[in-house]
Amino acid sequence: MDLIVTATSQGFLWGIMALGIFMTYRILNLPDMTAEGAFPLGGAVAAQLILHGVSPVLATAISFVIGMLAGAITAWLITKGNVPDLLAGILTMTGLYSINLRILTRANLSLLGEERLTDFLSGLHLPSSFDTLFTGFMICTVLIFLLVSFFKTEIGQAVIATGDNERMARSMGISTSRMKAVGLMLSNGLVAMAGAMIAQDNGYADISMGIGTIVIGLAAVIIGEVVFGNLSFTHRLICVILGAIIYRLIILFVLLIGLEPNDLKLISAVILAFCLALPSLRKSMHLHFFDRKEQNER
Amino acid sequence: MSVNTILDIQGLSKTYQQKTLNEHQVLKELSFQVNKGDFITVIGGNGSGKSSLLNAIAGSSIPDKGKILLSGKDITRLKEEQRADQIGRVFQDPLMGTAPRMTVAENLAIAFRRGKKRRFRRGITANEKELYMDLLAKLGLGLERRLDSEMGLLSGGQRQAITLLMATMKKPAILLLDEHTAALDPKTAQTILSLTSQRIKEEKLTALMITHNMQDALTYGNRLLMLDSGKIVMDLSQEEKESLTAESLILLFQQHSLGFDLSS
Repeated sequence: MDLIVTATSQGFLWGIMALGIFMTYRILNLPDMTAEGAFPLGGAVAAQLILHGVSPVLATAISFVIGMLAGAITAWLITKGNVPDLLAGILTMTGLYSINLRILTRANLSLLGEERLTDFLSGLHLPSSFDTLFTGFMICTVLIFLLVSFFKTEIGQAVIATGDNERMARSMGISTSRMKAVGLMLSNGLVAMAGAMIAQDNGYADISMGIGTIVIGLAAVIIGEVVFGNLSFTHRLICVILGAIIYRLIILFVLLIGLEPNDLKLISAVILAFCLALPSLRKSMHLHFFDRKEQNER
Repeated sequence: MSVNTILDIQGLSKTYQQKTLNEHQVLKELSFQVNKGDFITVIGGNGSGKSSLLNAIAGSSIPDKGKILLSGKDITRLKEEQRADQIGRVFQDPLMGTAPRMTVAENLAIAFRRGKKRRFRRGITANEKELYMDLLAKLGLGLERRLDSEMGLLSGGQRQAITLLMATMKKPAILLLDEHTAALDPKTAQTILSLTSQRIKEEKLTALMITHNMQDALTYGNRLLMLDSGKIVMDLSQEEKESLTAESLILLFQQHSLGFDLSS
């Protein structure tokens, strides 16, 4: 039971990161690798700030802003430098590795005994992990509300149109470069913020904590889509969070059946590969375990 | 240039892959004026420069030489999105003009704000939705009932009709139609064409329409341009058009592409 609560609470935190991945991969339709660098960047910035006595809330907020800067660099490379999307993200990510090391000053920075974002709940004397669960839930709820409101504005709609049909967006007078920048900054802000929160939850920030960020984020996005299907915008965001929780539960399950934590990246990759290939597999092997609904309708 | 001129093209030239073996000049010192309210049909073979001309006007490619004045303003080097407030455009590919994952209403709301600065205001208001309903109802295709459907669920013809509406709902100085019925079946193509002509009349628009259909080129519009190798080789007025049949136009077309002199 404890393990399930821990996995679910981590699901919320990773879900915030997955929301960031959703912004680029799904809304902007742009494969952004910056996230792999923005995630440890957020962790490093928050850890160093907290160690210097900054409150965890402020430290997490600053991580968001710093993450946006990372996104802005990638956006600048893509729109002004005409660097291909994928390469632009890889360049920023690679550069960030050195910057992250500079911020951390060493490969691993411990936060043991330091204040954490979840401390404001400590007065309630909740069972362990429940504080993270509540904090994660609240932050996800607020974020989804803010994101849904943002994407209903003219700018939000212009970002969606840019990702959906760039040529049409331009012919309608939308500055697609600017909208890509908005999307990339928002995405990496969220990813860095998740990095900050996960570093606090783990009790350390680590230079290698970003490896696999995109695979995990995309896995959450795609698990959400495969399990819950094609939905409205608000529901799609909620499903990203649910996808992240399901992902953490799957990870918990494979650890329980005896695989080692060292195998986690491999497992993540296999889960994502499986989910991505599922539509084609279903067709070629005539599997029907996920489209029961369609059969009923027939 | 008379007061009536809305679009003035002066000596437009464009060469692709300059200074290489593959160098080809798609526009050669091309000049012409468009009067307010003109509906001009443009014909010409593949590679004659029709699409390059439209791309230069719309801003998706910048010419090497020459000038484009729209409503008296030099737009030659403006970015596509910077001149979008003046230009409505319908593409050949019916999927090109609309965003598939957005609803019909959301697409129309994007078009309703064509050329305006986007702010943190509501992307679509309740009043707007009523306006869209009315506009869609006027198309007579029953699309007013699909206001909240995702665009991707509609057929090519339905999407092209909406693209046409999107290009014209905020009155453009010029409407560019780039073979916009070529990818549709004949019946749908006719529907879209008559809707086009209806919108142009209703809104008193100025339009340039590229077509490969000689009959359409004669039936619609009040002026006809024939392009060949990046130049205008024929400029027919309303009266001259009326005296032609599709067959005689094809004949003229063939003579030109073979390089005959037509003055005789």
